[in-house]
Amino acid sequence: MKRTATSYRYLALFVLPALAVYVLFSVYPLISSVFLSFFDSDDKAAGQQFIGFDNYVYLFTNPTTSERFWNALGNNVEFFLIHLLVELPIGLLMAALLTSGVLRKSTGAYRTLLFIPATLSVVIVGFIWRLLISPLWGVVDFPLLGNELTALPTISLMSVWQYIGIPMIFLYTALLAIPHDILEAAKIDGARGWTTFWKIKFPLIAPQFGLIVILTYIWTFNGFDIIYALNGSAPGPNYSTDILGTLFYRTFFGSSGQVANLDLGATVATVIFFIILVVTAVYFFVLQRRLKTYEL
Amino acid sequence: MSTQTNRLHSTVTHALLLVFVVLAIGPILVVIMNSFKTTEGIFSGPFLPPNADTFNLAGYENVFKRGEFFLNYQNSLIVTLATVVVTIVFATLAAYALTEYKVRITPLLSGFFIIGIMLPIRLGTVPILQTMISWGIIDTLLALVLVYTAMSLPLAVALMMTYFRSVPNELKEAARVDGAGEFRTLGITLPLVRPGLAAVASITMLPVWNDLWFPLILAPSRENQTVTLGVQQFVGQFQSDYPALLAALTLGAVPLIVLFTVFSRQFIQGLSAGYGK
Repeated sequence: MKRTATSYRYLALFVLPALAVYVLFSVYPLISSVFLSFFDSDDKAAGQQFIGFDNYVYLFTNPTTSERFWNALGNNVEFFLIHLLVELPIGLLMAALLTSGVLRKSTGAYRTLLFIPATLSVVIVGFIWRLLISPLWGVVDFPLLGNELTALPTISLMSVWQYIGIPMIFLYTALLAIPHDILEAAKIDGARGWTTFWKIKFPLIAPQFGLIVILTYIWTFNGFDIIYALNGSAPGPNYSTDILGTLFYRTFFGSSGQVANLDLGATVATVIFFIILVVTAVYFFVLQRRLKTYEL
Repeated sequence: MSTQTNRLHSTVTHALLLVFVVLAIGPILVVIMNSFKTTEGIFSGPFLPPNADTFNLAGYENVFKRGEFFLNYQNSLIVTLATVVVTIVFATLAAYALTEYKVRITPLLSGFFIIGIMLPIRLGTVPILQTMISWGIIDTLLALVLVYTAMSLPLAVALMMTYFRSVPNELKEAARVDGAGEFRTLGITLPLVRPGLAAVASITMLPVWNDLWFPLILAPSRENQTVTLGVQQFVGQFQSDYPALLAALTLGAVPLIVLFTVFSRQFIQGLSAGYGK
């Protein structure tokens, strides 16, 4: 294809269907959400009114909404940290075991079996675990989900149980991609077992490890399903399991004792969007570049 | 020494992995097993397999008696299949063009699509809802298909681009010399990117089938409920009928587990190639 005009014509023709759907139902709604957060459309007669940062001021200064917001943000940080500290190390260990070179033919079977929980819907995961830890079955004698201190860690661990296969697969394929001669050279130089892993393999997969950290951040700050499936939209006990996703749902969709508010919902969504965007941008512009220096 | 250490190494590795497998699969097996028991059986010995006294299929009968379950299945199938097909067609066209026609805006367009892998589309729900209402397609399966396609496209485009890059240029040039048009040329490359198509299909399927958020907001009425939403409401309504609940959960989980087991290689390939590149 040499003639530019023809190239442009075919590019437009082939890309347009995907571009249209993607822009209409993903890019535009996200941008539009940001715009909507500067408006008040509650008064049907007056129509949409531009009110600047009033929605934000309300969200952060009204005692009820601000208390709910900071509570949800704190819980969301905890939800993320538990994933970071439990899911990623164990996922890495699983990947290291799968690629240790002693398994031979059973690798595929382990890989598939360990990933199975990630194929379930959260509704099923939530129910399975609620039943397993319920005092009715007597495995655990303590109401883990009914206690303000233990409810969120318990739900987070259920989510870790479900999604642990994802970091495992990422890191597994990254480990497989390491060229053999590097490992041979390390072996000749006398490196063994865990030394090889930490000194040679891990630095080489650091970019993928970084990527899975940032993806976990995005997924947990965008979380909703497991909390809603277990505790509904006003997640108890006493909002101790309320995260930004459930707060967003409640704000714009309403719930018992709370009126639905589209603009305030869009405001909450925009705040979440920026929480995700800022950290992701910092990661890609600062950290990922440094990690790239190790890449082969 | 090396054979002995190797054997020890291998035993420890297998043992650790087996522990992880039991932790991953055990809870699922407990639920499936208990779905074949009576209520007394479920509570008197939750970790015992069903025996002559406790074996019971009433749970499944009760689930099937409520007609919605089939309807939910049908809805999930329609939404998932339609999303997968539309995503594959649109993503293949776009990815082919983005790797084939190198003009100034091509890298920009590719980047614009790939950024979408990181976009939390759920946060655009308020405008999505308004669009669906103004288009008159709120509470339809079509609304779900459109949103899920938008959600799946970025990863699908990125993935197909990595596969199209591996197609030799000579093949396409030869086709063009023989007078094939651009659509025909794309058609000729398709068999070479078949693993990519399978990978896109398998990674698109799971999040769509399992999503709870958009069915809750865009298609909540009884006749449009998907399996995930249906099971969620079933759990809420029938707290006391444990055999039926467990049967519903089993029916909701098993097809996906089977499908995943069959396509696990394509799925894993897709997941790693799509995000890794």
